[in-house]
Amino acid sequence: MKRRLGALIRKEFLQILRDPSAIAIAFVMPASLLFLFGYGVSLDARHVPVAVVVELPDSDTASFVAGLAQSPYFEPQSFMDVTTARAALRQRQVEGILWLRHDFSRRLLRGDTAPFSIIVNGVDANSARLLEGYLQGVWQNWLQQRARTSGQPFAVPAYSTDRIWFNPALRSRNYLVPGLIAVIMTLIGALLTAMVVAREWERGTMEALMATPVTISEILLGKLLPYFFMGMGGMALSVVLALSLFAVPLVGSVWALSAASALFLLVALGMGLLISTLARNQFVAGQLAVIVTFLPAFMLSGFIFDIGSMPAPVQFVTHVVAARYFVSILQTVFLAGDLWPVLLANSAALAVMAVIFLGLTWRQSRKRLD
Amino acid sequence: MAEAALALESCTKLFGREGAPVHALNQVSATVRAGRITGLLGPDGAGKTTLLRLAAALLLPDSGRVSVLGMDTRSEGMAIQQRIGYMPQRFGLYEELTVQENLDLYAALQGLSPVEKAARQQELLALTALGPFGGRRAGQLSGGMKQKLGLACALLRSPSLLLLDEPTVGVDPISRRELWHIIENRRAAGVSVLISTAYLDEAERCEDILLLHEGRLLVQDTQEALQGTLSGRCYRVRREGTPRRQLRTELAKRPGVLDATIQADGVRVLVEGGSPPAAPSEQWDAVSPRFEDAFVNLLRGQAASLQRPEPPPPPRRDLPRAQDGPAVIEVKELWRRFGNFDAVKGISFQVQAGQVFGLLGANGAGKTTTFNMLCGLLSPTSGTLRVAGQNLGRAAAAARARIGYVSQKFALYGNLSVLQNLDFFASVYGLGRQQRAIRRDWALSHFSLAPYARVNGQDLPLGFKQRLALACALLHEPLILFLDEPTSGVDPLARREFWSQINGLAESGVTILVTTHFMEEAEYCDELVLMSQGEILAQGSPQAIRSQAATRDLPSPTMEDAFIALVQAHEAGLRRAS
Repeated sequence: MKRRLGALIRKEFLQILRDPSAIAIAFVMPASLLFLFGYGVSLDARHVPVAVVVELPDSDTASFVAGLAQSPYFEPQSFMDVTTARAALRQRQVEGILWLRHDFSRRLLRGDTAPFSIIVNGVDANSARLLEGYLQGVWQNWLQQRARTSGQPFAVPAYSTDRIWFNPALRSRNYLVPGLIAVIMTLIGALLTAMVVAREWERGTMEALMATPVTISEILLGKLLPYFFMGMGGMALSVVLALSLFAVPLVGSVWALSAASALFLLVALGMGLLISTLARNQFVAGQLAVIVTFLPAFMLSGFIFDIGSMPAPVQFVTHVVAARYFVSILQTVFLAGDLWPVLLANSAALAVMAVIFLGLTWRQSRKRLD
Repeated sequence: MAEAALALESCTKLFGREGAPVHALNQVSATVRAGRITGLLGPDGAGKTTLLRLAAALLLPDSGRVSVLGMDTRSEGMAIQQRIGYMPQRFGLYEELTVQENLDLYAALQGLSPVEKAARQQELLALTALGPFGGRRAGQLSGGMKQKLGLACALLRSPSLLLLDEPTVGVDPISRRELWHIIENRRAAGVSVLISTAYLDEAERCEDILLLHEGRLLVQDTQEALQGTLSGRCYRVRREGTPRRQLRTELAKRPGVLDATIQADGVRVLVEGGSPPAAPSEQWDAVSPRFEDAFVNLLRGQAASLQRPEPPPPPRRDLPRAQDGPAVIEVKELWRRFGNFDAVKGISFQVQAGQVFGLLGANGAGKTTTFNMLCGLLSPTSGTLRVAGQNLGRAAAAARARIGYVSQKFALYGNLSVLQNLDFFASVYGLGRQQRAIRRDWALSHFSLAPYARVNGQDLPLGFKQRLALACALLHEPLILFLDEPTSGVDPLARREFWSQINGLAESGVTILVTTHFMEEAEYCDELVLMSQGEILAQGSPQAIRSQAATRDLPSPTMEDAFIALVQAHEAGLRRAS
């Protein structure tokens, strides 16, 4: 029993090491995803090009525009009139227009409301909303500062003090990179596992294996164990990169992270093996794994898109997406710490799914070809 | 020990195609006797693989019972798998693993202790001559070496019953002989062997025969008994001054003749019995029966549905048939390289109009590569190619309008009917509406496809699929017909019919280029080249090639003997040169 299982595991590792496509899925794809999301994708608004149209320049407008230029969020560009600025917006040379009309200073002194206009490009709704909010923030800041320097009381009735918890710098990288670990482990646990089992069917090696005195549990364990180690390796690599290269804080404990990852990996492996009992060629297995495991882990896990802002039916669907629970664990452990109520509730959900998927696989697998 | 190594009792196995399940096996009862080599024969789709999988306890019968070495496959599958060796059709090797690693894996899976393992592996490596290749990856072995490795993996634990699923398909004749040597060696050590094969000549190496046809067991008998019924019924017929092909056509129509095939320098005939229906001026010599005769004899005796009259030859088109004029196909110094592998190494040959020209060789000899270059599907690395007077490098489209092509897998649309397939190919070849109707009617009547006109391509019997593929390739009346392995996996009757069609076409002046790995089919060709590892070993008429290999010990060698002798001489030459 031990000798047979050992031989199967050894074979699996040799195959992974020598097969370029397995290496691509296990190492190249995770690494490129990490670099893409670590360096490339950012959901923050930074250095956004904004057209500034000042119809009647004076000291007030100059100080406002200077405040804008100092902010790390904007890259103001001056335009002579609003028509050319609009043309620039249409060509997406700028993302928004800040229009200070000729009566800006006069109305400001009079204490009037809304003395300037903001035009944003609503094609990219998310960026547009961010930009609008940031511009409002700059305006508020400038008003406060102006009031302080001129010694006038600031005339806003209510005044808010903002504090952002867990990710004070509001770096999107801080929550994207931990969430990626869920995607990477889905890739190794479900996609790679489903493909390698399907390949054994395709090449006829499964038939030869089954005609030997191995048991079905040895065949299943011979797949589970190697890919479990691969998945944990992928997790470790991602964590190291997250902490060192991308400077993501790890507030919670490493062991809570490892335990939750192991649990999630069992779910992913369960899904991968279950797919491979249904699909016996690599193409179908790959398609199924991408549609059933990888895409949901990407779209419906809350990794990029907030579950709370999804329509209710879609929110309901996310409950069967295992990655959802794991992303929530990851973001909590990395940014907030070991919050036991959150971790335990999500882990319980994962445990239930692991039992269901692995149990179904065990029931479905027989030592038969039909 | 029980007399039967394997016993099937009225086993039925169905495979579901929705609504209409197909009988893979239909009420089959058979036994495989211990300590003997039993051949499992039948064309593709006869149920051979299903029977072997039932024996390996990888499938269970829907009804009936299978017992292996006295154990029931339903309840004792695991115990059975401890005592059998099974080699599936695709060997079951891990291509990324080396020869040694594959052997180690299967040794561990079969539960060999390290001491046993070392001894067995050494023995098997010696037997298979794979010793020097221990560190090579299985994916980089030749077809024949893969087969031997697969066999070695199945033999590691010295099984009581060895199950082999078509181990010799597409393997070159030398490797085939080596494989049979290993199998016979194991049989001498007391192993019972059940081996399936599509090559009828291999049946002659088996002691017992099981013959399957469309899921039913037609015959279970010993070799001697089968051949006994045929003694005195096989002849070789010659007639001075009559070409073999013409003589064959004549003989096939003669009452009392069951089968007529071209062989060596005459026509081989199987008669119904009694005195041979010989005509004056013909020379009839009795020859010893072969298994193929037995098979044909059985199938001809089957239900009327199997009685297929020979189709009439196509009308003569009197195409120019200049034997001494320019060649229809001219190949000069043709090379094709894939990466750093030379698939075709500077070959040259010419094909005259109206010839049946064969490209012979095992899988991997470079036949299909050469073929694809001739059809304009692949561009040569260097060398020139002229097809029907056109340089393929420059006028591929013009040359292609004059050729017809039947690919290995019959590239038909499975979910289109026969009529729709014909219409589609006619329009692809650019036939006008009127011409299309004429050619379609010609195809339906000439190939007797009319009763199947509305049947979908995938539901046709294999022989009719082949006819349809041939009909589609002939719709635009090509000058040259390319056939890539047209007869692999087809039963011998369908194969005969196919060759008589081909002969008829050649008579009408169409030039035919055909590839095959069945050595005996070479006899149907006027001219052929023998290929091995991208090179041409011999070129000429079948008689000329056979006579090259004649020695004092073997005065009239078969095409297979000739092939082996030529390859060995070639390799010896290479060794001397290096």
